[in-house]
Amino acid sequence: MSDIVTKKLMLFFPRYDSEKPIIYHLVKDYNLEVKVYRAKVTPEEEGHLVLDVTGTEEAIQRGMEFVGTLNVTINLTGKGVTRDAERCAHCGHCVVHCPTGALYIGNAATREVVYKEADCIECLACIRVCPYAACASAF
Amino acid sequence: MKSYEQINDRIESGKAVVLTADEIIDYVDEKGVEAATEEVDVVTTATFGPMCSSGCFLNFGHSKPKVRMSEAWIEDVLVYTGIAAVDVYLGATQLRHGDPANMYYPGEFRYGGGHVIEDLIAGKKLQLFALSYGTDCYPLREMRTYFTIDDLNQAIMVNPRNCYQNYNVAINDSDQRVHSYMGSLEPNRKNANYCSAGQLSPLLNDPFCETIGVGTTIWLAGAQGHVYAEGTQHASDCARTPDGIPMEGAGTLALTGDMKQMRSEFVRGVSFRGYGISLGLGVGVPIPILNQDVLKRTCVRDRDILAPVVDYSNDYPQNTGKVICHVSYEQLRSGEIEVEGRKVAVGSLSSYYKALEIANLLADEIRRGDFRLTEPIAPLPKDTAMKPLAARENRDE
Repeated sequence: MSDIVTKKLMLFFPRYDSEKPIIYHLVKDYNLEVKVYRAKVTPEEEGHLVLDVTGTEEAIQRGMEFVGTLNVTINLTGKGVTRDAERCAHCGHCVVHCPTGALYIGNAATREVVYKEADCIECLACIRVCPYAACASAF
Repeated sequence: MKSYEQINDRIESGKAVVLTADEIIDYVDEKGVEAATEEVDVVTTATFGPMCSSGCFLNFGHSKPKVRMSEAWIEDVLVYTGIAAVDVYLGATQLRHGDPANMYYPGEFRYGGGHVIEDLIAGKKLQLFALSYGTDCYPLREMRTYFTIDDLNQAIMVNPRNCYQNYNVAINDSDQRVHSYMGSLEPNRKNANYCSAGQLSPLLNDPFCETIGVGTTIWLAGAQGHVYAEGTQHASDCARTPDGIPMEGAGTLALTGDMKQMRSEFVRGVSFRGYGISLGLGVGVPIPILNQDVLKRTCVRDRDILAPVVDYSNDYPQNTGKVICHVSYEQLRSGEIEVEGRKVAVGSLSSYYKALEIANLLADEIRRGDFRLTEPIAPLPKDTAMKPLAARENRDE
């Protein structure tokens, strides 16, 4: 029995026109639990899908191989929302608007604002509230 | 007792003892006021935050043939041309031409005066477009060109109101989100925003402006600038704690400095959704430790500084003057305050992180002997209050 793991993925669809329902197959054929954060997939246009998949390493591997057979790029670093550390003024305006605490005051003395990408659910609140446009979305 | 001259002599000899307003607190706790006054020459203070009343005078030099600009835009941002031929004033809050502002509420305000100022200092090539009615001495009627800050004869920042001594904590009493220059305020007091460097802030370390005055040399975004006057709305006659610390906005400073010496990481265009454009600016002010009283005032702590909590859905816009309560910066920095028995999450618009960085950079410059202190040539006005604007129906009223 192998361990159950969760991986965050960002899928890029360069003009996706397959009829295949990806999430359906990931769930049914590979026994993966799928949590979609954000999706923008329109026929005839570029698309993006950010999701968590939970299952055994092996199942995830096989699921990814399936996705790979379609015209889809898999980005395992999954950075749908990024924070430009140089642009960030560390004011802390975003902190109370971040629902998961992915943006937080990391050091009480220097009051540095830290971005923990793994905790980000891509609600995009930080992009709306940042006065310095330090946060950005890949799509 | 120490004089400015003695302090500058120590700076020149490389022996000056310089601490930040953050460090001086523990230092005095340990050494005592008397010994610390003897030892410490300068305490550095700083702040970084949106400062709307900022801008700059630019001089373009003359084209061939010459032009007297009567209307001009830099990167489509309108600049003021009601001065001499090729001088303009660029204001931080000016919107870009064609920005829909709040027509589709809340507007995004992605680019404006503050961003042009940042881009200028970052050395970017910018577009100038100017129109003129044409005169005998200035015949050219239209000009479109591209320039960088190096092409300009002068680029002088002139900010009528910076460095508020203290400031409101904004909260939202309504059931609708409020978009303000104090950031995004969720309905029903879900969050509060403050904007001050607290114990590190220049005018909170010199609450009666005993050392900061007209002519004081300051650190303005990396350049050596000056206080040229009291800031607009300077209101030294304000509510104070028993220790003399202002409990409201109170004092302000008018600042100037050479933009060619500035660093863009301390001059940042700011976009407030639903409100508009501003300029995030970093300022450092050295305080000469002339005597024990001056030193004691630099030991102010976040817990001793109180800020008024004000509703930005009704009381602020309607100018009712109502203050819900006062909270300390220590409470604000904990991330949660209590307002009328309920806990409220707190965010900030002022960057303590950058302010600390500036206080340390300024301290290093002084220690290296690159920054001298200046005695003010005039004090800031005492006992000034802020007058409201009366809405009069006619001239005789």
